[in-house]
Formats: sequence, structure tokens, C-alpha cells
Amino acid sequence: MNFPSKLIEDAVNEISRLPGIGKKTALRLVLHLLKEDTSSSMQLAEAIVKLRTEIKYCAKCHNISDAEICQICTSPRRQQQLICVVEDTRDVLAIENTAQYQGLYHVLGGVISPVRGIGPSELKIEQLIERIKTAETPVEEIILALSPTMEGDTTAFFVTKKLKEFNIKVSTIARGIPIGGELEYTDEITLGRSILTRTHYQTD
Amino acid sequence: MHLENISLTHFKNYASQEVAFSPQINCFVGPNGSGKTNLLDAIYYLCLTKSAFNAVDMQNIQHEADFFTIRSSAVKADKSYKLACIQEQGKKKQVSNNGKAYDRVSEHIGEFPCVLIAPDDTQLIKEGSEERRKFFDGILSQLDRVYLDQLMQYGHYLKQRNALLKQFAERQYIEQDLLDSYNSQLFRLGRLIYERRREFILSFIPIFEKHYAMLSDDKEQVGVRYESDVAAADFEQAFRQSQRKDLILKRTTMGVHKDEFVFEIDGFPIKKFGSQGQQKSFLIALKLAQFEILAAEKGTKPLLLLDDIFDKLDDQRIAKLLELVAAQTFGQIFVTDARPERSREILASIEAEVRFFEIQSGRVALIN
Ligand SMILES: Nc1ncnc2c1ncn2[C@@H]1O[C@H](COP(=O)(O)OP(=O)(O)OP(=O)(O)O)[C@@H](O)[C@H]1O
Ligand SMILES: [Mg+2]
Ligand SMILES: [Zn+2]
Repeated sequence: MNFPSKLIEDAVNEISRLPGIGKKTALRLVLHLLKEDTSSSMQLAEAIVKLRTEIKYCAKCHNISDAEICQICTSPRRQQQLICVVEDTRDVLAIENTAQYQGLYHVLGGVISPVRGIGPSELKIEQLIERIKTAETPVEEIILALSPTMEGDTTAFFVTKKLKEFNIKVSTIARGIPIGGELEYTDEITLGRSILTRTHYQTD
Repeated sequence: MHLENISLTHFKNYASQEVAFSPQINCFVGPNGSGKTNLLDAIYYLCLTKSAFNAVDMQNIQHEADFFTIRSSAVKADKSYKLACIQEQGKKKQVSNNGKAYDRVSEHIGEFPCVLIAPDDTQLIKEGSEERRKFFDGILSQLDRVYLDQLMQYGHYLKQRNALLKQFAERQYIEQDLLDSYNSQLFRLGRLIYERRREFILSFIPIFEKHYAMLSDDKEQVGVRYESDVAAADFEQAFRQSQRKDLILKRTTMGVHKDEFVFEIDGFPIKKFGSQGQQKSFLIALKLAQFEILAAEKGTKPLLLLDDIFDKLDDQRIAKLLELVAAQTFGQIFVTDARPERSREILASIEAEVRFFEIQSGRVALIN
């Protein structure tokens, strides 16, 4: 793309680095900003700078938070003995949206992948162990809610190994056939796995 | 099954080309470098989602172009399918069937089986064990999607473990629990892969022996012996003991990724002790066995791609192959030959719809 101005080119390049945004969309956004009042661009820039410099992570669960300890961790309605381990903030939001879970979270910040240079020390695994050791209300169950990828599986395996020293129940979220999905159209891998990890049928 | 046609854009030396096929025999003639093998490769791509000759997808895009497409109408059990494979520069390869793109291209493998017999098959005998694993894995992957998935997972964990070994070696520090996490995945998947390969080879051998006996008039005994670290009763212990060595070499030295299939003739390795003719029969017999097994398990005859075989085989073996063609052992066949007169002569005796095509630097013309 050829730009009439170096300033526009720089802005387009920066914005198109964001996921899901190509050069064309970036140009549209840039031209939109120029059409608006100067103050709206200033507000946007300020919000971004503030976001980066003032963002905090909860000292307990490492989720994004405005305070030292986040709202979930401080909520008296939450079951303190239950911790759900997830990859990142998006997973917390997804599970919160189901309104089915009343325990706490622990955000690892990623999954182990030596090929990409991510080892246990790059994640909040040590912090999870420490948290269990020092918890006021003893932790009874850890739910591993990591994505069913190979990296997710390895991370779950490793965390489970690290939890062996405690007398805690470790569970993992069920994975399998989507509700409303038909068996016939489920891929063999998912179906095979669902059969191997089948659950007890309850009738009440 | 058969392909009714193929349409190529910017694939290797083809700028834009459409060809309508015979459901039976298609013969491509033309000078060296004109694009005969490339056309077979396009068919191979549509069936197996990759090139038989160049594993780097982007390099199969025509020089200077920024994408290739391969499209075809296929017929299988009286149903028709529109297949497409699209590769854009710097993007993920896309394979679709009747307009629906697969989430994972590997889901397509095995839907449209195909067998290629090519001059560089001799690598199967001459090169290291990787070539032979690729051959048998290639068959199993077309037969068993779960196996293919396990194999890909194994490869992935292996890469991760090797990366980990490298980091540990550099930092002079070991996180044993993490290594164990990878070990246990490799043990689990390795055992499944080993069992499947072992079971498969047992069913493969008699079919292979039958084809070898048909091709050669000599009475030598041929066989394939499967060897695996995993077969040892104390494999896991031995694997753990080799960790020190793994750390020095920065790669995993034991496991199914080291499996060997030994090709034997009268109990000796054919690589060293087989004559040229015996080696040729051996290779063709391997491919015919592959064809027979795929045809039986898939319930449809695979496409047969024969690259330059008239050049490589002697008259006697060509005659044997033609007997099979005449007996309608195969379905749709694609043959290439640099010498038009020769293939005309050879195929003249066959009662089938044979279409001859002449290829000149990436242009195909019907010349019947
Ligand atoms: N990505 C590419 N872009 C353009 N041309 C390519 C590409 N890859 C390969 N080629 C060309 O394709 C030609 C080889 O075609 P092919 O191997 O099909 O020949 P052939 O007809 O089988 O010849 P032979 O009779 O020697 O086997 C070479 O000229 C090569 O340069
Ligand atoms: Mg060729
Ligand atoms: Zn918190």
C-alpha cells in the first residue's frame, strides 16, 4: 500500500500489528480518528497508556485486577476451598459467564511449551503451590481447566505432579461431544476420548 | 473411485491448466522437465494433502506467483465430490471437499486413497530407516485416522522434549518432573504406535510375499522384519537410563521414532545382498501390497500413479504389471513416459479407455 503521509503509514503499521486487523482496516480506523475531534484521539491514547502502565494483577490469583486483590478473591460468596486453574483472563471470563462456578481461580499466564521457550518458571505454577501451602481456608480441590491441546495436557500433567505432595483432589473439566451435537458427526478423536473418559450415569 | 478432471493454477510449472481424464488409463508423454511428474504430484496432493516430492508447501507455488490451487471433480461409489487444495504464500494450506474446508487438513487423508510408484522409490531400500517408517506410516495413516493423530501427537511431544533437553543442557539444570511429563506422553503414544505397526506388518507380509512371488520367477524368500525399542520388556527403564545420553546429544535417542523395518531376502538385508532386479521386484511388490490393502480396507480402488516406470522396469516386469492391468486389478491409472512411441506400443495391447496427453513446458494437450 502507498500512503500519502509518513504519519499515516506509521499509524497504520502500528494498528495493523493487532490481531485480526489488516492494513485496510487499520487505514479505515486511522482515517476515522482524523475525522473525529482531536480530543477523542487523545482519550484513546490516554486509555491505552494508562492500561499498560497501571494495570495490576491480583496477588492471589494473578487475574487482571484494579486492586491488589481482585473482586473474585475478596468475595465472601466464593468457595475458598475450590481453585480452578486456567491459562489466561479470557478463560476466567468464559467460565464466569456460565454462572455455574462459585470457587476461585488461578491464572497461569500460558501453557508450557519448550519449543516456544515457555517453561514452568515463566508461568505462575510455583505461586499456585505457595498459595495452597499458605491458604487460610485449606484447599480441597483443584480443577484443571486447560485447553485440550497437547501443551494444555502437558501442563495439566506437570501441575498434577507438583500437587502430589498435598492431599488434594485434582480434577479436570470434562471434554467431549458438544450438547446438541450428533454422535455420528463428532470426529473420531473426540468421540474416542469421550468413550475413554466416560462418566457415571446419574438418574435423579 | 476416479477423477473426472483436474484444474491447476500456479502449481509448479503449470500457470493455468485443465485436463479431462479417462476413468481408466491416462498416459502423459513429453520431454524431460515438461511437467509430467508435476501433474502426478498434483493428483497426489489432492489425495494426501501434500507433495510426494517437495515437503515445503510454499515451494510448490509457481515461481513469482503467490498462490496455487488444485481442483478436481472426483467420483467415489457413484457420488461426486469437488476437491480443492489451496496454498497461499505465507498462509495455512486449505483443503476442501464439496466446498467445506477441513478444520484440520489431516482429516482428509484416507478419504481418497492413492498409491504412487516412482523412480525414487529406491530410497526405500537405500536410505535410512526414516524412509521406511514414512512408507508404512503413509499406508497406516490412510487406513486409520486415530493412528495418524497419535503419530502427529508423538512427533509434537518429541519436538517439545528435544527442545527441553537443549535448554537443560544449556542451563546445566534439569526439571525432572517436566521431563517425566513428556516421557509419560511418549510412552503412552509410543506403545499405541508400536502395537499398531506390529499388527499391521503381520497382515502386510503375506500379501507382500504373494506379489513378490508373482513378479519374480526365482524362488527366494523375502520378508519385512519390524524392530522397535518399545518391544523390549524393560523399555521404559532403558529409556530413562538413556536420559544422560539424551542430554548430551540434545535429542531423544530411544522410542518408536527410531523403529526399523528390515527388508530381507533369504534372511539377509536386501540393501546389501539383493541384485538390482530383486530390489526392483521388492519395491514394486511393496507398492502392490499397499494397493491391495488400501483397496480392501477402503472398499474403493486407490488411484494408481506410475511415474517413469517403463524406464525403470525391464520387459519381464512390465509384462507382469500389464497382466494385472488387464485383469482389472486396478482402477484409474496415471502413467508418465518421456518416450511416446514406447508407451503407445506397451498400452496398445490393453483393452481399456486410454487417453494420451502430450505435455510441453506446462501445457497439456489430448493427442489420442
Ligand atoms: N515451484 C515451481 N515453479 C515453477 N516451475 C517449477 C516449480 N517446481 C518445479 N518446477 C519445474 O518443473 C519442471 C520439472 O517438471 P517435472 O518434474 O514434472 O518434469 P518431468 O516432465 O517429469 O520430467 P522428467 O521426464 O525428467 O521426469 C522443472 O523444469 C522445474 O523447474
Ligand atoms: Mg518426471
Ligand atoms: Zn484474585
